[in-house]
Amino acid sequence: MLSLTGVSVAYDGVVAVDGVSLEVPDGSVLAVLGPSGCGKSTLLRAIAGLEPVRSGRITFDGDDVGRLPTHKRGFALMFQDGQLFGHMTVARNVGYALRLRRRPSNARVAELLALVGLEGYADRLPATLSGGERQRVALARALAVEPRLLLLDEPLSALDAGLRERLAVDLREILHAAGTTALMVTHDHEEAFQVADRLAVMRAGRVVQAGPIADVWAAPVDAETALFLGYARVLTGVAADTVRAAAGDARAGRVEALAVRRSALVADEHGPLLGTVRSARATPELLRLVVDVRDVGLVDAVADRDTHWGPGEDVRLRVDPTRTAPIRGI
Amino acid sequence: MRRWLTLALLAAGPVLVVGVFFVLPVSGMVSRGFFADGAFDPGGVLEVLTRPRVARVAWFTVWSAAVATAVAVVLGLPAAFVLHRLALPGRRIVRAALLVPFVLPTVVVGVAFRLLLGEGGPLGFLGLDGTPVAIVAGLVFFNVAVVVRAVGAAWESLDTRPAEAAAALGAAPAQVWWTVTLPALRPAIVGAASVVFLFCATAFGIVLTLGGVHYATIETEIYLLTTTLFDLQAAAALSVLQIVVVVVLLGLAARLRSTPDATAGRTTARPRRVRSGDLPAIAVTVLVLVAVAAPIATLVVGSFRADDAWSLANYRALTGVGSNQALLAPVTDALVTSLRTAVDATWMALLMGLSVAVLVTRRSQTRTERRARGLLDGFFMLPLGVSAVTLGFGFLITLDQPPVDLRSSPLLVPIAQALVALPLVVRTLVPVLAGVDDRQRQAAASLGASPFRAMLTVDLPAAWKPLLAASGFAFAASLGEFGATSFLARDEHPTVPVVIFRLIGHPGELNYGMALAASVVLATATAVVMLAVERLRVPSVGAF
Amino acid sequence: MLRISALSTALLLALTGCSTIGGDDPEPTASDSGREVGGQVVLVTHDSFNLPKKLVRSFEQESGIDLVTRAAGDAGTLTAKLSLTKDDPTGDLAFGVDNTFASRPLDEGVFAAYAPTLPTGAEQYALDEGAGELTPIDVGNVCVNVDTTWFDDEGITPPQTLDDLADPTYRDLFVTPGASTSSPGMAFLLATIAEYGDEWPSYWQDLLANGTKVVDGWEDAYYGDFTQGGGKGTRPIVVSYDSSPAFTVKDGASSTAALLDTCFRQVEYAGVLSGAANPAGAEKVIDWLLSDEVQAALPTAMYVFPVSAAVEVPADWAEFAVQPTEPLSVSPADIAANREQWLSEWTDLVTR
Repeated sequence: MLSLTGVSVAYDGVVAVDGVSLEVPDGSVLAVLGPSGCGKSTLLRAIAGLEPVRSGRITFDGDDVGRLPTHKRGFALMFQDGQLFGHMTVARNVGYALRLRRRPSNARVAELLALVGLEGYADRLPATLSGGERQRVALARALAVEPRLLLLDEPLSALDAGLRERLAVDLREILHAAGTTALMVTHDHEEAFQVADRLAVMRAGRVVQAGPIADVWAAPVDAETALFLGYARVLTGVAADTVRAAAGDARAGRVEALAVRRSALVADEHGPLLGTVRSARATPELLRLVVDVRDVGLVDAVADRDTHWGPGEDVRLRVDPTRTAPIRGI
Repeated sequence: MRRWLTLALLAAGPVLVVGVFFVLPVSGMVSRGFFADGAFDPGGVLEVLTRPRVARVAWFTVWSAAVATAVAVVLGLPAAFVLHRLALPGRRIVRAALLVPFVLPTVVVGVAFRLLLGEGGPLGFLGLDGTPVAIVAGLVFFNVAVVVRAVGAAWESLDTRPAEAAAALGAAPAQVWWTVTLPALRPAIVGAASVVFLFCATAFGIVLTLGGVHYATIETEIYLLTTTLFDLQAAAALSVLQIVVVVVLLGLAARLRSTPDATAGRTTARPRRVRSGDLPAIAVTVLVLVAVAAPIATLVVGSFRADDAWSLANYRALTGVGSNQALLAPVTDALVTSLRTAVDATWMALLMGLSVAVLVTRRSQTRTERRARGLLDGFFMLPLGVSAVTLGFGFLITLDQPPVDLRSSPLLVPIAQALVALPLVVRTLVPVLAGVDDRQRQAAASLGASPFRAMLTVDLPAAWKPLLAASGFAFAASLGEFGATSFLARDEHPTVPVVIFRLIGHPGELNYGMALAASVVLATATAVVMLAVERLRVPSVGAF
Repeated sequence: MLRISALSTALLLALTGCSTIGGDDPEPTASDSGREVGGQVVLVTHDSFNLPKKLVRSFEQESGIDLVTRAAGDAGTLTAKLSLTKDDPTGDLAFGVDNTFASRPLDEGVFAAYAPTLPTGAEQYALDEGAGELTPIDVGNVCVNVDTTWFDDEGITPPQTLDDLADPTYRDLFVTPGASTSSPGMAFLLATIAEYGDEWPSYWQDLLANGTKVVDGWEDAYYGDFTQGGGKGTRPIVVSYDSSPAFTVKDGASSTAALLDTCFRQVEYAGVLSGAANPAGAEKVIDWLLSDEVQAALPTAMYVFPVSAAVEVPADWAEFAVQPTEPLSVSPADIAANREQWLSEWTDLVTR
């Protein structure tokens, strides 16, 4: 298990990572989610041993690794753009770590290439591969010696949308099949949800929220986190109360705000809320509406694909409570 | 069709200049040797090559240059790392200072070395005076800066992430160096090594001074054969041998230099803090600095000594003509001449270098075209590797007919210096222009820019700083040039290295002191130019 | 901003004449065809050529000649250059070919006939063959020099002859520039050949066995190894010139002396080049080189003795620079015929 206790990293006196504490249990995948510049890549580099830690402890299975040089930590790091060695073939790239440990094995290389779906690519040079193929090779290379911790730096963000989604699923399967403990940093919450079990949200050098992915999802710690997790709007005051009441939300206590996803309000002729359609846009699956709801203001809503709504029409809405999240502090 | 016309026009200038001022004179001189007594006699030339002495001389040339190159690379690599990758205070000044030997007149350095290594010198107990070790040390002294600069520049712009990826995969620092960093630096190392080898193999004064008369290289042998024995046939044979060796070497270097991965991005890594693992590299760097500084310090100390006391007399004397008028004109006049000549040599080298660089970096459409460009690239390196004696005499016998009746022209000196500086300029500009993505030019063209306009928009912003830097390089190289300059006909306006040579060739304590003082002035001028270049420098400067 | 101004400064410099091209270099090329003598005369010479500017200017004013000096390289380079360009010479006259190099250019017809009346005492320096083409201008002797102060301090008698140099008393004390790389070095080799004839290689073996140091050039030997060279030399015996003692004078005494039995005479000649554009002007320049003014200026300007006995040498020279009366000599023809063989034999000896 990897644990960080109060880890801080500074560049030229400017603090990039500020007192971060985290745990990654064996066999789990933790996603560190945050906007660019929040310090998440620096944190990753510090764990890898590429940046000196100013204060705090990094331990693995109880051993302090903070003073070990990178190559003795037994971690593997996969870069955003793969960083394949341009002068080596795919097979030599994948077998690199094996050769370092003086146990080269063509069989193991072939097995790894099969794992990432690249049989027959052994003799190609990295320059001849597509972006997705390069990332697969980089993944195979990182997994070759079964690192006790795999560090992934935005592994999918250089890829186009369709490919990203497919590779994210593959990545999750591959990591689980190999039983690898992994820490991934990303700015894309979709990617985090698709790959990770646990989530840590980072902002301005600090971890603002961490936990199992469903827990974080269900209860964002503040409005900014909620928006970053993909919630469309954060309602406060009367608006929040009105929507909660309409949802029949029995969950205890008073909340400061309510985060709503775009699909939290659904057009329903029996719905408790009444509003006026401001705009409507068809997508392949749904009709997306923007509705001006009394006591709430402008909110997003969805309707069935086969109904018809035009601007100015009145509409009744119901609330899907699973698509809202209470926020206790702002 | 237009494309070909443009390329041909670009090539025409430099090819013409190198053709007239290099190929024509050298082939003229060599053919004198082949036509012994008016009859074509290649057999006689071949016979020369079978002489045991020639084999000995050629062997000594190759091995001393090879050993010196290897030592320069081995010492230069750690220094390049320390001076270009570590955040150490004052590294700019150290980098500029390291280039000073590059322009010091060999005759002065020779005396300085002998003051150190000679029987009465502080290092005399080593018994190195007049040994091959002293020659190699001298060659390394002159050339280690080339390695530091060329490899350091490449190192500075090397992406650090592959090395980090390797470390993260479990590679120890030595393994990272061997499997990732070294392959990435290989083009720069090979480029620097080939330039250093050429400088070493054609070194003249330093071999004679430090080796005593015991050791001859092809270059010193050509000089002896031409000027003392007047054996033009043998001189021609050795010139041909020299050219063959140089061409083979350049071919090998070009092959080793080519990298498969042109997509690798170039970045400028921030220098990082010093770690304990850097200590061996720092130790080597300090050693290099001490070794380079010691002979220079001898010079500086000597320049401030007069009548067994500390004094500025030698410097004050620079405005005069030496004791008993050893000089026709004061050293200060010579400095003005040197600066003027260097200005001319610089713009000539830049003009030619820019054309060549543009020419060899444009994307080739066919394999033949690519090969032609490769040949051109090597062609412009040739003047570095061919005997100055052969070239100098060649000038005299070939440039005497209109339209190139130039042998008494005052332009001959800057032209010759520009030829020497040309490879430095080309090697500085080529990596930058090659790094410009061709699609940028295509984008400019698609928006309606003419090729010239596209160049202004895309290439110039990328190239103007290296261009300035290259001009500093050419300027300094011209300031220090002695071989070609001393040989060529000139009027009463000698350059500083020539004046130094003249001063040190005359007896008298003041003349000796003035020679040292003038060397210090020249070295300072060079260091100032180099420091200015450092301020403008871009990652590729000096990346051969 | 700083960079921009630096750039514009550089441009300005280039444009406003801080370059050879931009700078005006008055070089009147039009020759006055109206006069018999005058116009431009180009003197081709070696690096050591040096005459006071004042002297040159007054000659130009008197004669109407514009004298252009093209100096490059050493005597060997000059000779090679003259031979190579004999069909299309680079000037009108040459100065600086000495008796060790004279034979070849004479054989090749580099020089045109011109034999001016020689001043008193100069006749003895004329060549046996080639006196009609080459005119002696100055003379210097290459002699072994000793540091008399050093020998006084050590209480050792300084050597006198070439034989002495091979004596164990003087072990590891002698340094000479190499014959293959330096003109005084060659002169010293010729001195030993004149002295020992065909036995010279065995003499050199003795020299080398006695710890003689052979270095590249005169400046290495004198400044690097000689104890009076101003540096940190350790050897009190060196090959230099008969005039050298005049340059080590301090408090009215010279600390060095030339050994007059070890001297080889080098005479430098001037000659009109065949195919000269202005032969009349060239002859006029040779006459001027023999004039009292130039002859008197030679010691200070070029460190050599005048050939003319009619002029006075400077006081230091008169006192400390003693010329040998009977220097060793080898005929130019012998030198030309044997130079290559002698040098290769010598090189083999020294590099062994």
